[in-house]
Amino acid sequence: MEVSSQKFNDHVHQAVDDANLKGAMGKLTGALRPNRARAVAGLPEFDDYRDHGIAIKMHTLDHIDRYLEEFETNVVANGGHVHWCADEDSARETILGLCRQYDVKTVTKGKSMVTEELGLNAFLDQHGILPLETDLGEYIIQLRGESPSHIIAPATHLQRHDIAQTFRDAHDHLDPNRPMDTAESLTEEARQELREKYGAADAGITGANFMIAETGSTIIVTNEGNGDLTQTLAKTHIVVASMEKILPTMDDAGVMLRLLARSATGQDMSVYTTLSSGPRRPGDLDGPDSFHVVIVDNGRSTMLAGSEREMLRCLRCSACLNHCPVYASIGGHAYGWVYSGPMGKVLTPSLVGLEQTKDLPNASTFCGKCQEVCPMRIPLPKLMRNLRAKQTEQKITPLKQRVLLALWSSLASRPRFYRFVTGMMTGALARMAGPKRVFTWLPFLGNWVQSRDFVAPEGGSFFDRYRASSSPSSSKGEAHD
Amino acid sequence: MSSSARSSRKKPKVGLFVTCLIDAMRPSAGMAALTLLEAAGCEVIVPESQSCCGQPAWNSGDKAAARAVAIPYLDSFDDCDYVVVPSGSCAGMLAHHLVELFEDAPDLRHRQQALAIAAKSHELTSFLVDVLGVTSVPGQIKGRVAYHDSCSSLREMKVKDQPRQLLKAAGAQVVDLDQADTCCGFGGTFSVKYGDISGAMVDGKAQDVEAQHPDLLVAGDMGCLMNIAGRLSRRGSPIAVRHVAEVLAGEMTAPPIGAGSINSDTNGSDKK
Ligand code: SF4
Repeated sequence: MEVSSQKFNDHVHQAVDDANLKGAMGKLTGALRPNRARAVAGLPEFDDYRDHGIAIKMHTLDHIDRYLEEFETNVVANGGHVHWCADEDSARETILGLCRQYDVKTVTKGKSMVTEELGLNAFLDQHGILPLETDLGEYIIQLRGESPSHIIAPATHLQRHDIAQTFRDAHDHLDPNRPMDTAESLTEEARQELREKYGAADAGITGANFMIAETGSTIIVTNEGNGDLTQTLAKTHIVVASMEKILPTMDDAGVMLRLLARSATGQDMSVYTTLSSGPRRPGDLDGPDSFHVVIVDNGRSTMLAGSEREMLRCLRCSACLNHCPVYASIGGHAYGWVYSGPMGKVLTPSLVGLEQTKDLPNASTFCGKCQEVCPMRIPLPKLMRNLRAKQTEQKITPLKQRVLLALWSSLASRPRFYRFVTGMMTGALARMAGPKRVFTWLPFLGNWVQSRDFVAPEGGSFFDRYRASSSPSSSKGEAHD
Repeated sequence: MSSSARSSRKKPKVGLFVTCLIDAMRPSAGMAALTLLEAAGCEVIVPESQSCCGQPAWNSGDKAAARAVAIPYLDSFDDCDYVVVPSGSCAGMLAHHLVELFEDAPDLRHRQQALAIAAKSHELTSFLVDVLGVTSVPGQIKGRVAYHDSCSSLREMKVKDQPRQLLKAAGAQVVDLDQADTCCGFGGTFSVKYGDISGAMVDGKAQDVEAQHPDLLVAGDMGCLMNIAGRLSRRGSPIAVRHVAEVLAGEMTAPPIGAGSINSDTNGSDKK
């Protein structure tokens, strides 16, 4: 997918004035946050699961080569195939090659963020293969020609009336006056539309929440069951997964699944947890004729060796997005690539480079809420700070900012002189403010005063007052005891 | 000093880290912190060698600049038992980030000094309650008081109940915000670099404050206070804003933050 993170500030400017988006983002505070809180409170050992989960992930990352090889061995033993792809080009070509090999004209797709990374839908389309998204949210944004605005709920930026309008436009064979005012009616309509297409598809492409080394299985979780149909009805099942989705054992997946659903939607378990362990065997009631796993690196091995390694623990649960006040203010599209919210601010620069993504790690107050709710306790603010440090080192930080910071630091490293200068400035401001004691406009602070007043300094400095109060003529003693 | 030193031998010796924002913007809050510490029986020194904790540079990813700002105060608290900061965010810098800032510093002494400061740094209200066991304060206040949790106070310094307990001890009816643990959008340089986002966030916070109809909004961090007071002022809200230390110390002669002198008697204590 093309990166537009360079235009972050333009995106933001539009997003903060978008009343419809603001309404749509209400579901974060209205549902997602309280739901997670309730689910976590309902499992007193949640934090123990977190520690366990982190230990599993760290161990797995330390031995990722070994577990990936074990996974391949077991996939092959089950009758499947594994394809290793270093970058997005090779992943796209591999998938296209498989489609050609099986004479695929239509694919159904389960929701998969890594295929968004690859821009797979557009690529397949260009090559005459029709991709049909089956996840409700993905289906909606595919109809609208948009990209996902959230890693598990791709249509989070929309309200119900937007979706109804999208369906009225797209499903023009249906009665234009049908009622579409409930979530159920929308879901049911999408389901009817989609069901017909499952049978027609030649291949099903899904992502994977986990790949299990010991069994050679892949696991996806959904709430709609679309993943099941995608992979069992088509003749060929292609799983596309980024390499860090590997876990050693099925027990490990058990730990992660407990964390994932609670962190994501506040459910104890997702409605469907679907395992795929190779093609249909003799006697199986269903399943694909062939089973392929495309393992995508696309920058992960570099991360593994670098300072963003901890980001590879990510389960893609979306808790950090749901709880992020910046995400809630601007929505997911502003981030300009597949991943959004705090995890996107770390992952996107790590995967596509620092140059195009300058603003992402900077647009954070470091409030720390993301780290607090992350089931993998990924230190997202620290990782963003690391990226800022890299920007400074590589002189990607804008010159103006570097100069201002250098001036400020040379001043602040001489405390007495610093206070002399700030004292003059605040003294002048305090006098200028007059009785109102706020400024509605100030030069250099345009971005501040556009939305709030700048409060005037009280007048004088602390150190002036302190010195006056502790001078011999004052009643207080020097030691202030 | 020698005579008072003898009598104060058992007194904990506290170095007050004033913070650059309080020094420049709100001296009353610093003086109030001093009052509170002395009322709690501490001997307080305020080293002149401090300007800023270095956080703006640290959070901008400029380690060299952050070190340059921190080095002057690194040895200023050597003979203090504690370093107390009337700001959760600057306390977080001292207690949690200073060590990382100096972990590979060429001068070994700087590493050791950073470790020493980190180990004895506390946010003001948590120092009073958790370390000194303070249960009563000089200040008295009536009316509805909303306490805003700064993110660093809440998450890095584990400050939540302490200021509320002290406000209650002063007589306040403490009201909680609906989205109490959501950031106000200040974030230091974030507030000017990303004015659109920051503005949207602080508007949410201001509405959350207004919904509780407090007489007074207090917090322990000047950054949040300037941000929220600025937005409340822009919205024409009558809610007064102060640093929590001013209320607890009973030093409320200065007009509330951002309030015109017309309202200088609006100290939140007698409003209905
Ligand atoms: S960073 Fe953490 S909270 Fe965010 S999606 Fe990944 S696992 Fe979930």
